[in-house]
Amino acid sequence: MSWLIYLLFGVGMAFQALGAIALHRFPDVYTRLHGATKCTTFGSMFIYLGVMVYGMTMVLSGDASFMALPFHVAIIMLFILITNPTGAHAIARAAHRMGIKPKQAVIDELGEADR
Amino acid sequence: MTGAVLGIVFLFSMVIYLALSAGSGSIIFWSIGEIAFGILFATISAVIACRIFPALGLKPRVALLNPKRWLLLLAYSFGPFLFHLTKANLDVAYRVITGKIRPGIVRISPGLRTSIGITMLANSITLTPGTLTVDIDENKDLYVHWINVDEEKDRMREICHSFPEWIRRVAE
Repeated sequence: MSWLIYLLFGVGMAFQALGAIALHRFPDVYTRLHGATKCTTFGSMFIYLGVMVYGMTMVLSGDASFMALPFHVAIIMLFILITNPTGAHAIARAAHRMGIKPKQAVIDELGEADR
Repeated sequence: MTGAVLGIVFLFSMVIYLALSAGSGSIIFWSIGEIAFGILFATISAVIACRIFPALGLKPRVALLNPKRWLLLLAYSFGPFLFHLTKANLDVAYRVITGKIRPGIVRISPGLRTSIGITMLANSITLTPGTLTVDIDENKDLYVHWINVDEEKDRMREICHSFPEWIRRVAE
């Protein structure tokens, strides 16, 4: 089973790395948030799945102390899915209220609505 | 009403705390210390919620406890939501590597009325293809930062997919 764990960790880390590259490549705060929220949520989900599989294999091999691990990780995954977009929204909204304009934007209907 | 908020938040926090600390001792699954701390923290959360929720105009809604809605929520999370989440990540990964972007902020009117519904939709579209909720106005219209603006296609379909119909059945 360990190859499956390594595979899940690998995919997870690849997406986390893409998130980091997105921070470097994109031009302004809004586009960077795209990379920083989506890639890290998805990457974390794969890493959590890997941890769940690890916990289950330990339970199956007779170590009952790992019983709680998959449940804990499932709860953490649920909360990441709720809090991550909420945090991204808070940052984007704060940025817009501070008057940061989206760079390279072809359309800005919120900027028009403010005027 | 304050009592209802207190009770619901207390129960919810307590269940989450117990789930997170399961396996710590011998009273069923928990140790006495974990249960005591659970009660302490759940009480603190409930008291804070009592002060904040009414000020935001949030009321407890009995209709949301209907198990059919919870099953629909599960079907939504593992069906269309998971599918679009995966597609979103491949799409953003592609844009990170190639740098092809055409960003802009557009306004959409999803026509959802309740706060919980609009929150679910805003979070769902933040996690799906190239869209990020920036702000909301008094008509519950969302302002969405879209990484690849496409004026040709139907905006609502491109940004929200089938999410509003699902959320209407789950949360309205």
